[in-house]
Amino acid sequence: MAYTKRSDGRKFDEIRPMEAKVGVIKRATGSAMFKMGNTIAIAAVFGPRDVFPSFLQNNSRGILRCHYDMMSFSVTERKRPGPTRRSTEISKVTEAALMPILDLSKFPNTGVDVYINMLQADAGTRTAGINAAALALADAGIPMKDLVCSVAVGKVGDKICVDLTKEEEDFEEGATDLPIAVLPRSGKVTLLQMDGKMTQKEIKEALEMGKKSIQAIKKLQVKALNDKYKETGK
Amino acid sequence: MGKILIEERKLVVPGEELAEGMDYLPGEGAFREDDKILSLKVGLAHIDNRLLKVIPLGGKYTPKDGDTIIGKIVDIGMFGWRVNFGWAFFATIPLKDGSRDFIPNGADLSQYYAIGDYVAAKITKVVGSKIIDASMKLPGTKKLTNGRLIEVQPTRVPRIIGKQGSMISLIKEHTDCFIVVGQNGYVWISGSEPDKQLLAVKAIRQVEKDAHGEGLTDKISAFLKKESK
Repeated sequence: MAYTKRSDGRKFDEIRPMEAKVGVIKRATGSAMFKMGNTIAIAAVFGPRDVFPSFLQNNSRGILRCHYDMMSFSVTERKRPGPTRRSTEISKVTEAALMPILDLSKFPNTGVDVYINMLQADAGTRTAGINAAALALADAGIPMKDLVCSVAVGKVGDKICVDLTKEEEDFEEGATDLPIAVLPRSGKVTLLQMDGKMTQKEIKEALEMGKKSIQAIKKLQVKALNDKYKETGK
Repeated sequence: MGKILIEERKLVVPGEELAEGMDYLPGEGAFREDDKILSLKVGLAHIDNRLLKVIPLGGKYTPKDGDTIIGKIVDIGMFGWRVNFGWAFFATIPLKDGSRDFIPNGADLSQYYAIGDYVAAKITKVVGSKIIDASMKLPGTKKLTNGRLIEVQPTRVPRIIGKQGSMISLIKEHTDCFIVVGQNGYVWISGSEPDKQLLAVKAIRQVEKDAHGEGLTDKISAFLKKESK
């Protein structure tokens, strides 16, 4: 059976309904929540602060450390708390996705810590996490040259789709997941992973589709940042 | 000829274009990419002739030369004192800048400032982010005793002080308190009665909340008059 209609009634190039809020954690330097359908990510930024162990310190610029994790209740089967092989990998790619826009040269020897947690997971957690982290970093006043927008594209059956749900990822005839992160101003890609099979042509098509949906994410991120300071400025 | 793309006091986000062309210069919170000037931070755009700045609305305090800071003495050594003022690293008050009084050789340094004491010091030197020297000799520096410390958003400090100290003197006038505002976002309130100290705290919190709005001094003046009755 071919995949002709998406299970939640969306168009193939339509993202799930999104929601974003900046400043959700009071004690953090900056924080944000980003929701994509049933996936909810929260990110908290601390720093610039002292780095331990101190051999990690870089005396020419500050370092960025990301910590991705899922809440034990975020998935149907309880997720055992603590770092896993998967969360370590996602922390690493998130760091790489965010680093190109940050300018930490003014904070030598310090570190900026980003804690990303999933309150609810329904596929595309790393992309929601990156979106939340970009907002939290902007909220924390860290110098940034751009925002980062991230979305998962993929193939369900033989159809190219945007922003897959868990149900679609588990499609019986096979599905491919291709999360990307794009700098909205330059269109440069800072995250590109793939789980599954796709031809060269399909990847190109998926990337184009993804880059189109990025603009909607950027719009929402800008709106969320503006909403926090609604009364100030013009 | 270049073109400015934003209005004065517009809220901008990282990566937002402020101006086009080489006629303009990026100031604090802005940078140049090719022939465009873009914002680095979330903040209010400020046009200063041909210099474009972004006044940040959030974030941590970063030490700058000449700033008055309020901090806690955390360590005493042969070198002098170490001060925790909310930055990633401690500031050092070297022995020679320790006091306006003469410090004799081999004196017990805790007689001047003991561990746990609060001081208002002035930053004299910043090298990178690790080496921060402060002085207790300059005007405006003081050991702080008998009072309360509150923490405010460092980006709101200029509004709490006001133009030529107008806001802070207004609060001082109505509450008879002694107030020291550190650029690092720590505010020390002492003197007067406890009730009036609390009123000063309330007023400062109000300024922090309404910062960057228009007609702030009038609002706070009305608030203080109403509350102090």
